[in-house]
Amino acid sequence: MLEISDLRVGYGRTTVVHGVDVKVGTGEIVAVMGHNGAGKTTLLRAAVGLLPVETGTIRLGGEDVTRAKPHRRVRLGLAYVPQGQQSFGQLTTRENLQLVADTFGAAGTARMNEALDLFPALKSLLTRRAGLLSGGQRQQLAIARALIVGPKIMLLDEPTEGIQPSVVGEIEDAIVQLAGSGMSVLLVEQHIGFALDACARYYVLESGRVSTQGAGGAANESDVRSAMAL
Amino acid sequence: MDALFSQLFAGVSLGSVLLLVALGLALTFGQMGVINMAHGEFMMAGAYTAFVVQHVVSNAGLSLLIALPLGFLAGGLLGLLLEATLLRRMHSRPLDTLLVTFGVALVLQQLARDIFGAPNVDVRAPAWLQGAVLDTTIPKTRLFILVLAVVAVSLLALALKLTPLGRRIRATVQNRDLAEASGISTTSADRITFFLGSGLAGIAGVALSLLGSIGPTLGTNYIVDAFLVVVVGGIGQLKGAVIAAFSLGVVQATFEYSTTASLAKVLLLVAIIAFLQVRPQGLVALRTRSLA
Repeated sequence: MLEISDLRVGYGRTTVVHGVDVKVGTGEIVAVMGHNGAGKTTLLRAAVGLLPVETGTIRLGGEDVTRAKPHRRVRLGLAYVPQGQQSFGQLTTRENLQLVADTFGAAGTARMNEALDLFPALKSLLTRRAGLLSGGQRQQLAIARALIVGPKIMLLDEPTEGIQPSVVGEIEDAIVQLAGSGMSVLLVEQHIGFALDACARYYVLESGRVSTQGAGGAANESDVRSAMAL
Repeated sequence: MDALFSQLFAGVSLGSVLLLVALGLALTFGQMGVINMAHGEFMMAGAYTAFVVQHVVSNAGLSLLIALPLGFLAGGLLGLLLEATLLRRMHSRPLDTLLVTFGVALVLQQLARDIFGAPNVDVRAPAWLQGAVLDTTIPKTRLFILVLAVVAVSLLALALKLTPLGRRIRATVQNRDLAEASGISTTSADRITFFLGSGLAGIAGVALSLLGSIGPTLGTNYIVDAFLVVVVGGIGQLKGAVIAAFSLGVVQATFEYSTTASLAKVLLLVAIIAFLQVRPQGLVALRTRSLA
């Protein structure tokens, strides 16, 4: 579904990701783990198209999108949930969702209702400004917004970071449920627990390079922990 | 009393012209980080559009009604051209855009001089706009401009609030990357914003042609005041620009009533500097639980 080959990317003259290969198959959950500053977010932003690629290629569903603008990739079925529960704070919850649904016509409206069924807590907050929601609510909104794209693959950057524990479970369940329905997931996490349990494959990034990779599942936790030198 | 009242009303009507000009600036600065010094020249283009239309259609009333949409189009298309050729490459580089657009402003002024000549020209106001309203000292033209500004700004506000296009523009203003990653083409959102903002300046130009003669430097007289409105009002919000434009207009008119025109300007600038010490972010600032 998503194939990142020999990707080098950075900011200005500083290269942060040095030749990384990551593959996500259809319906697969793939986790990218690593410490702060290992290049996880940079990798995701490049995959979305928010950072220009120095060298390497990014293919989405077989199509080369290395130079495509983010909104083009979104229309090809890529959805992105950035770090930090980002939303359009001045827009209401409904506007945040409607905004994306606008692009996809009737299908968008249908998916907007489905997304609200997945996160029913948002239904009572539709007229509230997104900037006034709690962190957990905003993260649910961010995932709901991403779902309206009708994604074939969703890229999530630390989706449970800084969120109250009671909501973390709901978000994790939603991710597993979505992958079960055939959507691919590329999950970036600093914490090993859920990501490793849920994923089919994992990569550990260290200083912008893949230091270890392997199959997911709790059995490999000690490998990952030693790779991350915890 | 009458004199004060008519002076105040002149202030309100100055405010409504400033509002039309400043809205475009507030939108484009908020969305793209572009300081557009050529914005005043879009207004001049609107004013000359009124002049040209009057040459073709001699009925002053009819020509005004034709000039309003054409002025919008003239300003808007010039803006679109500027965005697509130069500013596109200079997002979030305010100082570079300041210099480049200042150059563009000079070029446009010279262009106007070459086409229409250096001396000012006049546009006749239609008969139904001549004289004062009933028994008051309010000139009908000024009332017309006020109504025009209110209608134009209300339409813009409604469009921003209720239409898909408006949602896209507001989303782009708030978080460009997130908007792109949500499937919005921010490039086309930028173009449309620039077109609308510059078009409003064009309408302001048509309106100004009712108040006095117009010349190549018409825009220069208003651009600084329009920027003051943007700074006082706060970035990226209509509400702030509306309050700031009318306040500035009225405050200036009040100072002018009690002192002279130049002293009034000095007092106004001092007042603004003092205000910005207290509220550097302007009247209306984006405020949310998160930064985004």
